[in-house]
Amino acid sequence: MLAEKLHVVGQSVARRDGLGHVTGKTVYVDDINFKDMLHLKMVRSPVPHAMVKGIDFTRAERVPGYVRAFTHKDVPKNIYTILCLIGVGPDEEPVLAVDRVLYQGEPIAAIVAETEEAAIEAVSKVNLELEELPAVFDVEEALQPGAPILKPWGANYFIYEGHHCRRVRFGDVEKAFQEADFIVEDKYQTTPIEHAPTETTGCVARPEPDGRITVYTNTQALFFTLDNTALILQIPFQKLHFVGGTVGGGFGGKVDVIVEPIATLAAMRTNRPVKYVFSRQEEMQCSSSRAAWRMYFKDGVMKDGRIIARQITSYSDSGAYNRHSPYAVTKHAANVAGPYRIPNVWIDAYCVYTNRQPASAMRGFGVTPASFAIEMQMDKIAQVVSLDPWAIRFINAYRNGDMKPHRKIVEDATLIEVMQAAAKMVGHELPEKFSRMSSWDGKEN
Amino acid sequence: MAKKRGVGIAAVNYPTGMNLGGDPSQALIHATTTGNFVITLSSTDLGQGLKTVIAQIGAEALGVPFENVMIDTADTDTGPHCMGTFASRATHRVGNAVIQAAQEARKVMIEVAAEELEANPEDLVTEGDGFIKVKGSPDRKIHIVDVALAAHFKYGRTISGRGMYMKPKSEVDPETGKMDPDSTEAHACTVAEVEVDTETGEVTVLSLKSAYEIGRQVNPTLVEGQIRGGSVMGMAHALYESIQPYYPLVEHMPSGFSEYVLPGPMELPEIESVVLEYPSVNGPFGVKGIGEMTANSPIPAIAIAIANAIGVRITEIPITPEKILRALEEKGSKEG
Repeated sequence: MLAEKLHVVGQSVARRDGLGHVTGKTVYVDDINFKDMLHLKMVRSPVPHAMVKGIDFTRAERVPGYVRAFTHKDVPKNIYTILCLIGVGPDEEPVLAVDRVLYQGEPIAAIVAETEEAAIEAVSKVNLELEELPAVFDVEEALQPGAPILKPWGANYFIYEGHHCRRVRFGDVEKAFQEADFIVEDKYQTTPIEHAPTETTGCVARPEPDGRITVYTNTQALFFTLDNTALILQIPFQKLHFVGGTVGGGFGGKVDVIVEPIATLAAMRTNRPVKYVFSRQEEMQCSSSRAAWRMYFKDGVMKDGRIIARQITSYSDSGAYNRHSPYAVTKHAANVAGPYRIPNVWIDAYCVYTNRQPASAMRGFGVTPASFAIEMQMDKIAQVVSLDPWAIRFINAYRNGDMKPHRKIVEDATLIEVMQAAAKMVGHELPEKFSRMSSWDGKEN
Repeated sequence: MAKKRGVGIAAVNYPTGMNLGGDPSQALIHATTTGNFVITLSSTDLGQGLKTVIAQIGAEALGVPFENVMIDTADTDTGPHCMGTFASRATHRVGNAVIQAAQEARKVMIEVAAEELEANPEDLVTEGDGFIKVKGSPDRKIHIVDVALAAHFKYGRTISGRGMYMKPKSEVDPETGKMDPDSTEAHACTVAEVEVDTETGEVTVLSLKSAYEIGRQVNPTLVEGQIRGGSVMGMAHALYESIQPYYPLVEHMPSGFSEYVLPGPMELPEIESVVLEYPSVNGPFGVKGIGEMTANSPIPAIAIAIANAIGVRITEIPITPEKILRALEEKGSKEG
């Protein structure tokens, strides 16, 4: 399979940073300290949905070490959306809440203090006047008439070029359902999950004598974060210098741009270095999660096991704001029909807003829940048509040269080969028609 | 009370990269006067070993020893643009950019060596041992340190190169969903064996046996690291993890790892894997991304194995002991 003779690609050379990681010598963001550094902590909403009527800092200001507070009025372009850099809009998430909060843990005001303890103490002394509103947590309830509306465009879903969801239309599912021997339906559900990185999200922003700001960060995406920070703060890009590259676990949780803009603002306004690192509780309860997905499958299946139609309606519980969810839904739509050759496919995938902490990127981004649902469904189909779980997958496996429902020609398919290898590993003897099958069989199967 | 065993299989594909507004990464390479080859990037290493595999790809493409390749990342004042480390994209995108940069740098290195060896550039070869040799004449060779010194101080030439790889943006057709969202597809098939205690609802994952196909492995040990980490993460998703255990209710949110249960060493199953290599059309040396995929196939494989063990399908993850006991109770009352 591999013709080229290579020298070091393919070799298990020892990683250079390994010893540093396992001996605690690697420097992470929280290890970076400057002698006049301030600490930033966030005043957060204690409820999932409320109007913010007032914020009183009087008691916080009396805490020894308190330096100053920041509210939405201090943030030059307070309303943003991360994906604006690639043309996704409209802006819809505040850096600091204006007059309404949409999830428990939403940032309302930032406080900087001489020590972390003083910042935590001052945050606890801020008096919030909130008027609670009814909240919605279920994706299908959020789409019902009468649900509290969370978005300025008057709906609880992201709009895809005029459509209320991301659509895939391939062939004619209704006609195929009539021709099918069996209809197999089910509902699949996943729940929100924490990225659980060893190192929590954080940064240190330091004003330099030349007027620039150096930001030490554990972001997964350095320029993306720099660009968004400059846009939010309405400062020229060249004012910022971001340094990073060593991340103590990401899993997608450090692709959002959350800590850098407010820490940089605080550093600019105080002219002192500012550290803002999430506590473990903030990482779990306030930072983005993996979206929860609800997926309804309806498949038309022939007696011989061939799936001739697949109709899917999916709902991503994207929480209160976009973050990266609109793109996750598109990626989901491209993958949720599965690595199988199905001639008729109909997909409606919704990006739904609820009063939950925002979902965003996480390892598997819209595909992990899809793979769970697809394979559970394949197992159910196998039982309906009385085939073993290997057979149902070989019979439907996609080949190179096939067209996927999103109208991309398949290349680099090897589903058949990994199934053959796995069967061999567990000592399962495949019938010859499956053991001789190949992803390069073409369409003659 | 009974302990029931079940087996489940799951087969998945996983796309490498994306196309968001065009998906680029860049690399710059230059040689120091003493033959270090510095690859400058703004890419981030999440602990998976990106800095190491990129140095391997750079060394291979330059034809110099791995030890002579330094990775300088990630500083926005010096490093050229990288979209970021996500979407199983970094080895694919950055690797391709490094190969392009290496080809430009290697061309100069070979030309200088040819001058020094009084040979034709086309006749020179590298085997990654630090020497540039005349094909068929093993004695006619020059070390890269001497080439670098000569380039700088004798010929006034810079051994350097620029590399860029971009997946162009593909707009999604809003009516049909037509799109080109990724660069290649990796694949995995996992067979899970579980034991379910029908008295307590607890699931023990006995083994996860998986076959992966990822184009080409740059560093098999780091690939295995991804496989083991991903297998356990997938197992945790299938059985334990949720920040809102009674979703869609928001109660019982965890505040730390004592409340957010992850598998520990005692829960680790037997993890076995084989890796197949069918080089991709567009990856560096045929690479496909493995990063995200390894967490995916264990989830349905475990869920199916549980159904196989207890005779009830649970279609919501995580499949906690509580859900198993409720499902068994419901099954019992239906059958009773």
